[in-house]
Amino acid sequence: MDQEKKLDYDKLLAKRVRDLKPSGIRRFFDLAATMDDVISLGVGEPDFSTPWAIRKEAIDVLEKKKIVYTANAGMVQLRESIAKYLERSISTKYDPEHEIVVTVGGSEAIDIAIRAVVDPGDEVLVVEPAFVCYAPIVEMACGVAVPIATQAKNKFKLTAEELRAKITDKTKLLVLPYPNNPTGAIMTREDLEAIAEVLRGTDILVLSDEIYCEMTYGGRRHCSIAQIEGMRERTILVNGFSKSYAMTGWRLGYVCAPAPLITQIVKIHQYIIMSSPTVSQYAAIVALEECEEEVARMIREYDLRRRYLVEAFNRIGMTCFEPEGAFYVFPSIQCTGMTSEEFCERLLEEERVAVVPGDAFGASGEGFVRVSYAYSLKHLMTAVERITHFLERHKGAQA
Amino acid sequence: MTDLLALLKENARLTNAQLAGMLGKTEDEVAKEIAALEKQGVIRGYTAIINDELADPNEVEALIELRVTPKRDCGFDDIAKTIMLYDEVESVSLMSGKYDLALTVKGRSLREVAMFVSQRLSAMEGVLATATSFVLKRYKDKNILIADEEKDERSMVW
Repeated sequence: MDQEKKLDYDKLLAKRVRDLKPSGIRRFFDLAATMDDVISLGVGEPDFSTPWAIRKEAIDVLEKKKIVYTANAGMVQLRESIAKYLERSISTKYDPEHEIVVTVGGSEAIDIAIRAVVDPGDEVLVVEPAFVCYAPIVEMACGVAVPIATQAKNKFKLTAEELRAKITDKTKLLVLPYPNNPTGAIMTREDLEAIAEVLRGTDILVLSDEIYCEMTYGGRRHCSIAQIEGMRERTILVNGFSKSYAMTGWRLGYVCAPAPLITQIVKIHQYIIMSSPTVSQYAAIVALEECEEEVARMIREYDLRRRYLVEAFNRIGMTCFEPEGAFYVFPSIQCTGMTSEEFCERLLEEERVAVVPGDAFGASGEGFVRVSYAYSLKHLMTAVERITHFLERHKGAQA
Repeated sequence: MTDLLALLKENARLTNAQLAGMLGKTEDEVAKEIAALEKQGVIRGYTAIINDELADPNEVEALIELRVTPKRDCGFDDIAKTIMLYDEVESVSLMSGKYDLALTVKGRSLREVAMFVSQRLSAMEGVLATATSFVLKRYKDKNILIADEEKDERSMVW
């Protein structure tokens, strides 16, 4: 202990790590954890169990196989299954041998993709609101994260104008996270065409985070920017098994990109990870090959909840555009006159309901809250009832 | 099964307005659809799923397997319909396999159920054999957990 006092850890720690902002809502989550009877709408992972066929495969593998390292880029059979899946779902071909690497969740995929392309000083455009990891990872790579704020009036889609306005000669990469966490926004083929129009002829790469690709509603299938003419060659596609197959704890994702990029991305992966979890890789093959029906069943259930919440929030005055993807709704809290953080804290204290302040996902999320519907309808209904009471007391308070 | 039926099966107390929201329909459309399903006999009734252990700790339930001789013209229908008439009998199903009819029977005591089986069922014409098994604990009923609540093991981490 005495020795510890002599060391000035601040001096010893890397500056760019010290400079990383701590997760802004940690305090809020910790507060929620101390209370009883909290109805949480806060988590970002499916409430379903991993389909049985996948779990059974893992059990069998544990019983019968040696659990050893796989090839650095992942088991060949899994990469082949991924390639087949992508051809089925987004009509895009990736060579399993040279263009796919299996990672520890979508998170590692994002990390190694960004590290592979960002040089110090490079600018990375990050569409916001978005999942919280992009900017810190860019900063760790000594790049500069440049937020592009999307607008509620555009249903939080990225527009060509918004993109064009942020491009400089230092722009290296665009992070395009759709279907979007936290807004539930999607980009249709037409929306993506407009983005592609801006990017064609530039040297800008796209990191397309499509982890929620199976979760689109209203009969519309997910469209990847890699499908748009001239885009595959500049797209680094990130996906994974956590959301689509309810496999968050299995920690498995993947990156697909043209071979010259993947060759370099695999280098990072092999030094920091060696190979992704072997049991999970076996199980993931079953997920891709045998679980289409299970996925469809989960999506139908999410869709019912989504429609229930959109209708309910609009009815009680928290206006909410209809999100067409992921499993979040992103209602406005303008009618209360509170900030997102104030709203969330008071809702938690007064009604014991936890939702996530929108500004945790970037400044443009201020005035909104993220509500997850990865919960049973019964649970959602209790929450809506409590939120209704809260609004009855606080609506129009600013007037 | 349609989404409407699946929703009602899970929770028959959803209002038409709530159902309409979830299904992307109007309240009126939902009301009409339900009325039609009731008329067609697709929906036979609405009931609560009760944890009997808490509601009435003394009540006992038994599963009874029945082997019977089918009648010449009406097979098993006749005897099934006769058995159905007893209030003690909660359900009657014709089964494939080693026995013919499966019954669930409720009573206020083991003795009461046993007496019902020996005096009423066994004595019935055409009944060849009975086997009674008492329910000790129910874990899940109609897809709803009875014994305990499902715990949410997820923590708030985004």
